Amino acid sequence: MHALHEVVHAPVVDPSSASGVFTLLWLVIALPLAGAAVLLLGGRFTDRWGHLLGTALPIGSFVLSLWMFIDVLGRDSADRQVSQHLYTWIQVGHLDVGMDLLYDPLSSLFLLLITGVGSLIHVYSIGYMEHDPRRRRFFGYLNLFVAAMLLLVLSENYLGLFLGWEGVGLASYLLIGFWQYKPSAAAAAKKAFVINRVGDIGMSLAIMLFFVTFGSTSFTVISASADRASTGTLTALGLLLLLGACGKSAQVPLQAWLLDAMEGPTPVSALIHAATMVTAGVYLVVRSSFVFDLAPNAQTAVVVVAVVTLLWGAIIGCAKDDIKKVLAGSTMSQIGYMMLGAGLGPAGYAFAIFHLLVHGFFKANMFLGAGSVMHGMDDDVDMRHYGALRKAMPVTFLTFSMGYLAIIGFPGFSGFWSKDKIIETALADNWLVGLCAIVGAGVTGFYMTRLMLLTFFTDKRWEKGVHPHESPKIMTIPLIVLAALSALGGVMLIGNWIVDYLAPVVGTPPHENAPLPAIVVTLIAVLVVAAGVTLAWFLVGKRDVPRTAPQQVSPVVLAARNDLYGDAINDTLVVNPGRRVVGGLLTFDRYGVDGTLTGGPVAIGAVAGQLRRVQNGFVRSYALSLLGGVLLVVLALLAVNLA
Amino acid sequence: MSVTPYIVLSSILFTIGCVGVLTRRNAIVVFMCVELMLNASNLALVAFARQHGNLDGQIAAFFVMVVAAAEVVVGLAIIMTIFRTRRSASVDDASLLKY
Repeated sequence: MHALHEVVHAPVVDPSSASGVFTLLWLVIALPLAGAAVLLLGGRFTDRWGHLLGTALPIGSFVLSLWMFIDVLGRDSADRQVSQHLYTWIQVGHLDVGMDLLYDPLSSLFLLLITGVGSLIHVYSIGYMEHDPRRRRFFGYLNLFVAAMLLLVLSENYLGLFLGWEGVGLASYLLIGFWQYKPSAAAAAKKAFVINRVGDIGMSLAIMLFFVTFGSTSFTVISASADRASTGTLTALGLLLLLGACGKSAQVPLQAWLLDAMEGPTPVSALIHAATMVTAGVYLVVRSSFVFDLAPNAQTAVVVVAVVTLLWGAIIGCAKDDIKKVLAGSTMSQIGYMMLGAGLGPAGYAFAIFHLLVHGFFKANMFLGAGSVMHGMDDDVDMRHYGALRKAMPVTFLTFSMGYLAIIGFPGFSGFWSKDKIIETALADNWLVGLCAIVGAGVTGFYMTRLMLLTFFTDKRWEKGVHPHESPKIMTIPLIVLAALSALGGVMLIGNWIVDYLAPVVGTPPHENAPLPAIVVTLIAVLVVAAGVTLAWFLVGKRDVPRTAPQQVSPVVLAARNDLYGDAINDTLVVNPGRRVVGGLLTFDRYGVDGTLTGGPVAIGAVAGQLRRVQNGFVRSYALSLLGGVLLVVLALLAVNLA
Repeated sequence: MSVTPYIVLSSILFTIGCVGVLTRRNAIVVFMCVELMLNASNLALVAFARQHGNLDGQIAAFFVMVVAAAEVVVGLAIIMTIFRTRRSASVDDASLLKY
């Protein structure tokens, strides 16, 4: 299956030191970090202008990123890796970890995505959170997230990456539980945090293994000496990194938190749980290409996880009535596509990143669109209460349509190019994987069409007293920009630009003999999507939609409504056994350990309790015992003297 | 000169005193029995001093007498106080100080 990777060696990370505009690389992270510090420490004094500062700083980072991007475009492709040493972070014995930043084609694209889409979402949030009394705090958390995410993609070693990794996890936790007075939001935040910890175990073990094997966690050092490690070690590293990626990117088996994470405010779902943070797992796999290229078994594991997830998320998306949960299932599924691309090795890395970028555009667009719909519908998320909103919200409808056409892969839109490339590459690698990817595309067409029909078409099923209205300009302008990007994101593929641009980081794709001509694959994929769309039209569009979900449904629908029993599986396999183990340990501790330690004193206490009854207060009994004592002494003396 | 009769007498007196302390309830009687025991031991001390021909025992007997006199002063005062507060001189009644 992976024979084609054997000749390929990942390029070595070999950055030159920063000069020119790149001496400001640290500022890209520092700006939003300063914003977070000012907003979170400044307290109520910053309430009036906090959201403006919180929006201006990511825009500043975006301008810097754009400047660097333009600078790097003018350079020779071999000269596009730049690193900046900030300071020595940890220096103990042989352990020497520097706080180094690495700017290369891969991180440059992430920088633009994070700061660009992030800034748009900040602008949108000014309108969306306008009536929230804690808006300033919200912007503080968002800035913290942006800073951590930028550190994640800019760090030159795994330890720095891990710092950012944990930082985005913290920001995600704070923002999912932003409305912490809702018990469901608090529980969802905790769930996301705990499941992410499971993935983080993989990450931290991988980092320790890097230290042990290579004596360093620097990408430069590891990529130069990766082929000296044994295949077993590399496979272990790959699987541990995959575990970390599964947690952060909501891949099966650590997928259960993403649907609950929709409890957070909608801009959070757009920024963190669709466009950027959840794609960190894909970034990790692509960034670690020097490990995965040499560990085919780990790559196979990535592909298996990806295929399962892309179908899993798509199936969940088909049955949900909550508009945000449909989009969450869809996110899971689309990240599955990215993971699939990343698992296919050098042939797929660039397409994984390509899909990641355009997904960032169209999914952020659709989440913000969903937020706009909720804004008009009094925060109702149930699509069964929507219907015929295209007239009431024309801008939201049009921009959402761009996202919709992009995600289902309508020819010409951005998602069409990226998904098509991943499907082609998958088919060339293994026909079953390719088939699953095509089926997933068809299911995507189904559930997204269902969402569109339920929300913007069909009859009005509004609740009484709801008057849908278009959102203010500050919310629609980001939607328009993102819609344009969703439609036109495909330009990155012109002349194979993105593949060539990323080649210094992830290597050049090998030339393969595809089993089918590319045009045939494209045609099949488009036909399957069309079938999914048509099916949705007949099942949803042509029928009356009940205002409450029907209870008499097939077991498949029931399973999909229950997230394919992801929570039940976790409970049965992990939570309940874990609880029993903890209960057993508690019993052992209480009665075993504590019993041993406190048993002696308790026994002595009991004996003393009886012995003290000798002190009965009667003088004559004391005199008797005195006499007894004297007699004993005398007898003893006699015994000694006469013996 | 044999000291045996004196020692026997001393032992008898001591035993009487001892039994008296253990069996009588009246504090004054118990007190007198204590005195009896002290004087029994004094008799033994003097007898042994005589037997050994030195004065150590006789000096010890004087000390015992002095201590006994002091003890009588304190002891009788305590007994008087107890009797005044409790209208009883029984040693068994004063049994509050216990576990």
